[in-house]
Amino acid sequence: MRFRAVTALATAFAAAALLSGCMLLARPPKDLDYSRTRASEGGHYRATIRPQGDSLPQGRLHRWTLHLETAAGAPVDSAAVTVDGGMPQHGHGLPTQPRVTRALGGGDHLVEGMKFNMGGWWVVKFRVRATDGADSLVFNLKV
Amino acid sequence: MRPAPLAASAAAVLALALALTSAAASITGARWRAQERETLRSLSLASLGPLAPDPSNRVADDGAAAALGHRLFFDARLSGTGKVSCATCHVPGKDFQDGVPLAEGVALAARRTMPVTGTAHSPWLFWDGRADSQWAQALGPLESAVEHGGSRTQYAHAVAAHHRAEYEAVFGPLPRLDGLPRHAGPVADTAWRGAWDRIPASRRDEISRVYANIGKAIAAYERRIGFSPSRFDRYVEAELAGRPHTAASALDRDEEAGLRLFIGRASCVNCHNGPRLTDDHFHNTGVPLPATSLPFDSGRAVGARQAVAGEFSCTSRYSDAKPDECDELRFAVTEGEELVRAYKTPSLRGVAERAPYMHAGQHATLGEVLAHYDRAPTAPAGHSELKPLRLSAAERRQLEAFLRTLSAPVAAPAVFLRAPDAAPR
Ligand code: HEC
Ligand code: HEC
Ligand SMILES: [Cu+2]
Repeated sequence: MRFRAVTALATAFAAAALLSGCMLLARPPKDLDYSRTRASEGGHYRATIRPQGDSLPQGRLHRWTLHLETAAGAPVDSAAVTVDGGMPQHGHGLPTQPRVTRALGGGDHLVEGMKFNMGGWWVVKFRVRATDGADSLVFNLKV
Repeated sequence: MRPAPLAASAAAVLALALALTSAAASITGARWRAQERETLRSLSLASLGPLAPDPSNRVADDGAAAALGHRLFFDARLSGTGKVSCATCHVPGKDFQDGVPLAEGVALAARRTMPVTGTAHSPWLFWDGRADSQWAQALGPLESAVEHGGSRTQYAHAVAAHHRAEYEAVFGPLPRLDGLPRHAGPVADTAWRGAWDRIPASRRDEISRVYANIGKAIAAYERRIGFSPSRFDRYVEAELAGRPHTAASALDRDEEAGLRLFIGRASCVNCHNGPRLTDDHFHNTGVPLPATSLPFDSGRAVGARQAVAGEFSCTSRYSDAKPDECDELRFAVTEGEELVRAYKTPSLRGVAERAPYMHAGQHATLGEVLAHYDRAPTAPAGHSELKPLRLSAAERRQLEAFLRTLSAPVAAPAVFLRAPDAAPR
């Protein structure tokens, strides 16, 4: 599942990577949005990610806070959230299986088990199921 | 006296050559771009922070435990034949490995011996990461039929007979062992297993606790075996400080070009990153099956499940950690295609001194390793993460030259690199 999501993304960039010759070293697309606040794909939610310590460490387990609100700006405390992701240009998933372990109140959720074992472009995807429906949020990260 | 015209022009040529060389040298100093300098810094041993505590092992940093562990590491009485110790395969003078494709203990093993150096920093131990601490790792070979080939009660008896005082000083009184069979343990062997099952559960637990403590003492010893700076580390230090190089810090043209490939076009640094040159993760790199016929090895796919189920894991009753101190285990990926024939990225420190390479010694030389990365063959199972690199022969040689700059002696108290004094106390 996690693998397939990333493989789909990877395929999208395969053509570009072929042109540049070496997939492992391909540069990420120029116009990537690295914002820490994003609207969900279906427009139901908005979310902000706050990695603990604010910078993204390489090779170390760390925690994030995921702030979740409805499109109208109401905090979402009760939600089923799963975490997925990987490196589109390398065709692999996350090295760990992070989870939302706790709702912290005010729309904040604790994400534990985050780890990035390589430098480069990563994608982290949250699948959210709450009162406003199922939707997903995709974040681009530069490690 | 007038210099001969020939000598004059020779001097001019020499001066010009010198000027060019020093120009080249000053270019060398400025050649690493800001981002590359950060990468160099991240690979340097100076970036290896102090060793994090191991909450699962209460005695991890206890000197008396390390001294006991040193004795146990070299004690061949901890084996079925009385001939095999950890040091049989992990030879201190050889970077704590043995230099052969497949380890040989009581019988031939299915994988290559890994160096012990620096493994206190590893969240996962073994090629497939089936142990999540050094102490849990040490308990694998002791009960393996092909490595030490002994049993759990045998080891408890051996500790009582040969290491009682040192053991009790660290861990407290040994349980009573009278009436226990010489050989019994929860292994596949039917006779030993049967004997184990006939021991009352409470006594089995006491024996397993002694067994776990053997691992914890050995881990306390292994924690003191670390890396020392290599020529590469001194090179980075001088480069970052903008200091001229000395013979001890200089990389020649090929070595420098190899380093540039390593962090650049050859993308080795994707996986061999950080100050130990490993991302502590597992990858399928399409390494071929070994030439000797062995049972199929699926790597991390099995190792991840074994780690989670491990009798001596961080979350087990024998661990000193609280469950929330076991995050690597709690958040481990345990399923998926990516784990098939994925193996732990080895540290590359000292790599040139310890051929052969890969998890079953599939490659005899660094040259063969680099030819493998260049070709990126299809994996025998699962999917290789590698892509062909299309390196020239010269570039492969440069990468190899760079790998040779990573050699350095093991850093450990000198007594720990020798067999302990035989004199019993
Ligand atoms: C017969 C040779 C042999 C003996 C004896 C042996 N080992 Fe090993 N060691 C190996 C092999 C082979 C591996 C890799 C095995 C695997 O991945 O399945 C290994 C792996 C390890 C590792 C993992 C290193 C890493 O980077 O993950 C450590 C640490 C280690 N051994 C320590 C020990 C200790 C401690 C003992 C004694 C209790 C011991 N070994 C006994 C051959 C041996
Ligand atoms: C996708 C991750 C990855 C990349 C990229 C990678 N390696 Fe490795 N490397 C590994 C893994 C995993 C192993 C062990 C594989 C096995 O035993 O099956 C390994 C093994 C090695 C070994 C053998 C070490 C030993 O102790 O057996 C050397 C040398 C090595 N790599 C050098 C390189 C060089 C040089 C490059 C760049 C050309 C490179 N690696 C790129 C993951 C990687
Ligand atoms: Cu990657």
